[in-house]
Amino acid sequence: MAPVATPFFFYLLSGIMLIGGILVITRKNPVHSALALIISLLAQAGLYLMLYAPFVAGVQIILYAGGIMVLFLFVIMLVSIDRSMRERQFNSQWIVGLIAALALGGLFIAVYLKGNGLLPERALPALEADNTQRVATMLYGQYMFAFEIASLLLLVAIIGAVVMAKKKI
Amino acid sequence: MLHITTLHYLVVGAGLFLLGVIGVLTRRNVVIVLMSIELILNAVNLNLVAFSRYWQGMPVRMGGGATALHGQIFSIFVITDAAAEAAVGLGILIAFFRNKETVNIDEVHLLKW
Amino acid sequence: MNSVVQYIEGYLSSNQTPGAAGNLFWVFVYIMLVFGGLSVAVIAMNWLERKILAHMQVRLGPMRVGPHGLLQPIADALKLLLKEDIIPAEADSVIFWSAPFIVVLAAFTTFVVVPFGPTHAITDMNIGILFMLGVSSLSVLGIVMAGWASNSHYPLIGALRSSAQMVSYEVAMGMAVVTVVLMTSLNASGTGTLSMIGIVQAQLAQGEWFIFKFFPLGLIAFFIFAVAMVAETNRAPFDLAEAESELTAGFHTEYSGFRWSLFFLAEYSAMIAVSSIAVTLWLGGWLRPFPNWLSNPTWDLVFSLVPGATFLFLAGMCFYSTARMPKHPYFRIQTIGLGGFGAVLVLIALILFVPGVRTRVQDVFWFAAKVSAFMYLYIWYRGTFPRYRFDQLMKMGWKVLLPMGLGVLILTAGVALVQQNLWHQ
Repeated sequence: MAPVATPFFFYLLSGIMLIGGILVITRKNPVHSALALIISLLAQAGLYLMLYAPFVAGVQIILYAGGIMVLFLFVIMLVSIDRSMRERQFNSQWIVGLIAALALGGLFIAVYLKGNGLLPERALPALEADNTQRVATMLYGQYMFAFEIASLLLLVAIIGAVVMAKKKI
Repeated sequence: MLHITTLHYLVVGAGLFLLGVIGVLTRRNVVIVLMSIELILNAVNLNLVAFSRYWQGMPVRMGGGATALHGQIFSIFVITDAAAEAAVGLGILIAFFRNKETVNIDEVHLLKW
Repeated sequence: MNSVVQYIEGYLSSNQTPGAAGNLFWVFVYIMLVFGGLSVAVIAMNWLERKILAHMQVRLGPMRVGPHGLLQPIADALKLLLKEDIIPAEADSVIFWSAPFIVVLAAFTTFVVVPFGPTHAITDMNIGILFMLGVSSLSVLGIVMAGWASNSHYPLIGALRSSAQMVSYEVAMGMAVVTVVLMTSLNASGTGTLSMIGIVQAQLAQGEWFIFKFFPLGLIAFFIFAVAMVAETNRAPFDLAEAESELTAGFHTEYSGFRWSLFFLAEYSAMIAVSSIAVTLWLGGWLRPFPNWLSNPTWDLVFSLVPGATFLFLAGMCFYSTARMPKHPYFRIQTIGLGGFGAVLVLIALILFVPGVRTRVQDVFWFAAKVSAFMYLYIWYRGTFPRYRFDQLMKMGWKVLLPMGLGVLILTAGVALVQQNLWHQ
């Protein structure tokens, strides 16, 4: 199926993503920040679909928006936020942090301006029908070792989270 | 401006990364710092998937072609890693909150209290 | 006028879903049809639930509002729309306002990929089942937000319990779904598919519904999904989070009037959505019984007469009830109303007997019939089983269903491997 109105959707989705990001770092209420992050993640799943990666988009919605953010919301509710909402929100070295981040931004701009010629535009195949099959073939073939290590990492994370959140070890 | 190239996606990813870095460096609430770390990881994921799409246009002898989905697989691992890290980080936060009753990151300045 | 008819004919003879064909007009038509059908289904579910529960409890249910309470859902809808909209004093207004919308959004968006026929879906995504599971997990967020924003104890506890339960049973659902996706790869071309239409076509190609495949593995996977889907939608016997005797309606305690009706709409739409997943994955979707074995034209004719016959049977029940109405003048309007309803059903049955309509409506009818069977099962569970305590609920999700799902997955993979090797030799 031919893609339709690509620039409109790209600017719309990336605008939603960046506005969500700005809301995450500026809201006083952590629940509002979590909501903005969810919107940003869903817009990013849309961008993945535009990049012809439907499986990663599905994984993003299920794991990130449906799993990790639920975890964040649970913890925000368990940790009382009324006191923290009345305190100062930005720490005392926010100016230095901002300058450092802007310097990093300048570095990014310099890198992209100099290196733009290294990315010549090529004809891209418009395939999507067997993306999941190809991802599965590579994941269980070439990247099998990394897959097993990732599952071991998740096991360690589960045990670690349970131990750390227990009242008595 | 209207033809969307890989550079557009990279710039958006860089912007998201900067927002995450600003969030980590300037906020006092630990939960929001953790959420900014998630923003950083998402920006990295966007870069990876954009480059994976770019590599599908490269010739096969250089490692490209239609089956060159290394970036997407890497991004799946990054999402998995972000989940594990969020779980452990929030566990540490809960343990810390139970002792000190605050989520202010400036209060985490002693090794033992 | 002629070009309009030609356009419609040209679409009806295409073999793609409107989303795949990129046809925006038909996408909108399908979205309106699905939206309308879903609303009618939710209204019918409201009436059916009250009547069937009542009959299971040896009482009559609503009988006053229309003939046999048929207009009761309309009265309920009017009441909910006209109720006063109360917002708690300290509630977080942004989150309070947006929580019902997120739940409704998640419940309705899943219907984009539900296949009512081989080309009758709004679109057919290549990651169809993954998309449905992912979007239905977004409703957990709406529930957590609703409980939090109400700024009160019962909703918060109800929301936390409800979301913990939904997240736990999503894992078991995922295991059962992966088992089916494994079974779709056992056809001649050797590649499976995640698309909903592809899964039903794999069942057609392999000649058996996946519930009977590798007996009893398909059946156990179906059982796991059937239990997990009831827990996922917070229905009895897993409705501790919203039962009235436990938590005074849980996370939607503080919502009144129209906002509560949005939660209600979302809950019933989610029930229909997960039932559609179960029907598509295990019970053959839109396929009529025995599509391969009994495939000569006479059997096709017999099976295509079933939709009309069903509506005739319903009309017959209406007329029988009309004859049994009391002969008092107070009941005259109700008797006429019930007779009129029976006449409308006869009209629909006659339309469904027309040959042109008969062949086209078959797929949607069988799909709707199977989903209705699941809805009846939901109501039956509610009338029969006692409620699970919350720790028993969580124990069952993690310690019973998840190991069972893993076991079924490993066994299915083993049997499939053996079958493929035997077949290729």
